[in-house]
Amino acid sequence: MSAASSSASLGVAFEQVEKRYGAFVALRKVSLTISAGECVALLGHNGSGKTTLLKMAALLVKPTSGRVTFPGFHAKHSTALRRQIGLVGHNTLVYDDLTAKENLELFARLYDLGRPRERAAEVLEAVGLTSRADYLVRTFSRGMRQRVAIARALLPSPSLLLLDEPAAGLDQQGLLWLAGMLQTLRAQGSTIIMSTHARNESTGIFTRAVSISGGRVERDTGPSGDPRPLLEELRVGA
Amino acid sequence: MDTIRAAAIILRKEVRAEMRTRELLQTTVTFVIIVVVLFSFAFEPSAAEARRYGPGLLWIALLFAGSLMLNPSFAKEQSNDTIYALRMAPVSLFSIYLGKVLANLLFLALTEVVLLPVFAVLYNVSLWPVLGRLILVLFLGTFGMAVTGTVFSAVAMQARMREVLLPLLLLPVSVPLLISSVEATAELFTDAPVLDRTWLAVLVAFDIVFFVAAWLLSDYLLEE
Amino acid sequence: MKRRTLTTVILAGLFFFAGYAVFFIAPDEATMHAIQRIFYFHASSGWAAMEGTGIVFFANVAYLWKRQPKWDWLAVSAVEVSLAFWSVVLVTGPIWAHPVWGVWWAWDWRLTLTLILWVLYVAYLILRTLIDDFERRASSSAIFGVFVFLGVPLDYLSIRIWRTQHPQPVLFDGPDSGLAPTMAKVFFFCSALMTFLMIVLVVQRYRLERLKHEAEETRLVLEERAETEYRNREVERRTALGG
Repeated sequence: MSAASSSASLGVAFEQVEKRYGAFVALRKVSLTISAGECVALLGHNGSGKTTLLKMAALLVKPTSGRVTFPGFHAKHSTALRRQIGLVGHNTLVYDDLTAKENLELFARLYDLGRPRERAAEVLEAVGLTSRADYLVRTFSRGMRQRVAIARALLPSPSLLLLDEPAAGLDQQGLLWLAGMLQTLRAQGSTIIMSTHARNESTGIFTRAVSISGGRVERDTGPSGDPRPLLEELRVGA
Repeated sequence: MDTIRAAAIILRKEVRAEMRTRELLQTTVTFVIIVVVLFSFAFEPSAAEARRYGPGLLWIALLFAGSLMLNPSFAKEQSNDTIYALRMAPVSLFSIYLGKVLANLLFLALTEVVLLPVFAVLYNVSLWPVLGRLILVLFLGTFGMAVTGTVFSAVAMQARMREVLLPLLLLPVSVPLLISSVEATAELFTDAPVLDRTWLAVLVAFDIVFFVAAWLLSDYLLEE
Repeated sequence: MKRRTLTTVILAGLFFFAGYAVFFIAPDEATMHAIQRIFYFHASSGWAAMEGTGIVFFANVAYLWKRQPKWDWLAVSAVEVSLAFWSVVLVTGPIWAHPVWGVWWAWDWRLTLTLILWVLYVAYLILRTLIDDFERRASSSAIFGVFVFLGVPLDYLSIRIWRTQHPQPVLFDGPDSGLAPTMAKVFFFCSALMTFLMIVLVVQRYRLERLKHEAEETRLVLEERAETEYRNREVERRTALGG
């Protein structure tokens, strides 16, 4: 698999998806189809179900009922699918006791990327952490940790990138850099779904906005609609 | 990517991370020594008594230390949600499991390297004449512990009170392991040491049965 | 309701007959005399418990394969009932042993094996109480259950060989050395009766578990409906105010 750009684009479809954790219902019969190439802003309060939705798209959580499919993906094996999906979660998903470089090389190897060391260095460079490559992640500031988390997700050049409030912990400069990085990914054809409070980040990159509340889709500007009004409306005081 | 290679990558990660802090090794080794010393207050540690109770003591200490050491195997993957990173990687759950089993085997072996001389000195038991055979028995028993303990660490990850839960699950299941290891070790401590084939066979059967079971059930281990 | 009453009556009747058979039909045993009669309940409970264990394993595998909740209900029912029968074995064993051998417990291989199985079942139940989410609880306990079951032959082997190497008074060698024909008939009847009782108990427990689930489902549906109504009312209220 080439290390440079993503080859195909990936969409994800939720069909009447329900998720229950014991007595708590995280998602109530959600149906949502996101096509390849879209850049979707997922809006909603904490506990609204955004994180569960993203985890499902990342194949980490199985629905209690309903299903999650990936139109546009035709291979049978789910390992091939996993290569195409990247997640930046609530936590960093990297090991505190390893250096940034060691973490990235580990995942580059697990993802069976050609020339893992070079790829890891490449991605470190892209997130601006080359100078801290040999420092333990434990010693990193919040913003730096976020950048390592993003770097890890970007390693296999995923066709579907899922981000759970990635702006948290980033300063103004970091936010600009994040926006730029997402632009680059979009240009390469990746599908992006990002949960956000729409407070600080530049929202120009989004092609669609979906708001979730109480495990349900409240509003959806749709694949061809204009996301900006909804983003503006929900921007103040998330 | 094939299972062995993925497991090797995980193994390397486990070892590297542990070597940074050495927390797990230090606490396990210390605990095992404390147990051994404490036992000496429970019975008169003369040579004859040591022969009778030694093997049992050795394996009980190892099981206790093991059940403390094996819990973090999967539990520590919950800090920073690294377990998600592993599950999302295009490798089989079995390879993740296998890498951890091998790492745990290594850590337990290191504990035994410290434990054996301490045990030999405190109880005046000469291990030299049977060292090779003892190592074989230790290996088979430790492998069984690592196989079952790592699975239960994954199972316990879903539950509350996991520090207590792991020993609760592991110790009863380890009964065949304990019996055969202790008996095989006891045969080595006699005046005419012999490697008992029967007990070795039971040990090997334990290892194989549970390893295969873990392999078959690995896909169900870490779901959410 | 009628069916349950009928079953209870039948069971009571059968037990009454079993009691009669054990005390009056079965011949007096040569060495142990009266106390030996407890064997009929002791060993037949053991059989019922073993059968229950088989059901548990079957249910565990079925759940992992099919993921239908009913297999988890069956598993927990069979575990609890088996545990009850194993407890009977563990209690009647010493009651039998004490008058005969003068000891309450003698690490006889059968009793030792029963003891470890008992502990394993308790561990299984404790594991279940520590996981709240249904699916995780069901699959975690199914996995542990499979491991436990696979360990049973190993437990049997290791404990049996161990106890042969360190000979102890072997209790209950009565049944081993062959039963007189009448004794065998009474024993067979008791075993069949215990099996029947086990099945009845498992079915009852299963029904209870299923009811619990249905109650939970109903509660969720009602909550859902209440919430939808609330939201609809809120929307109406806001549009009325907003306009």
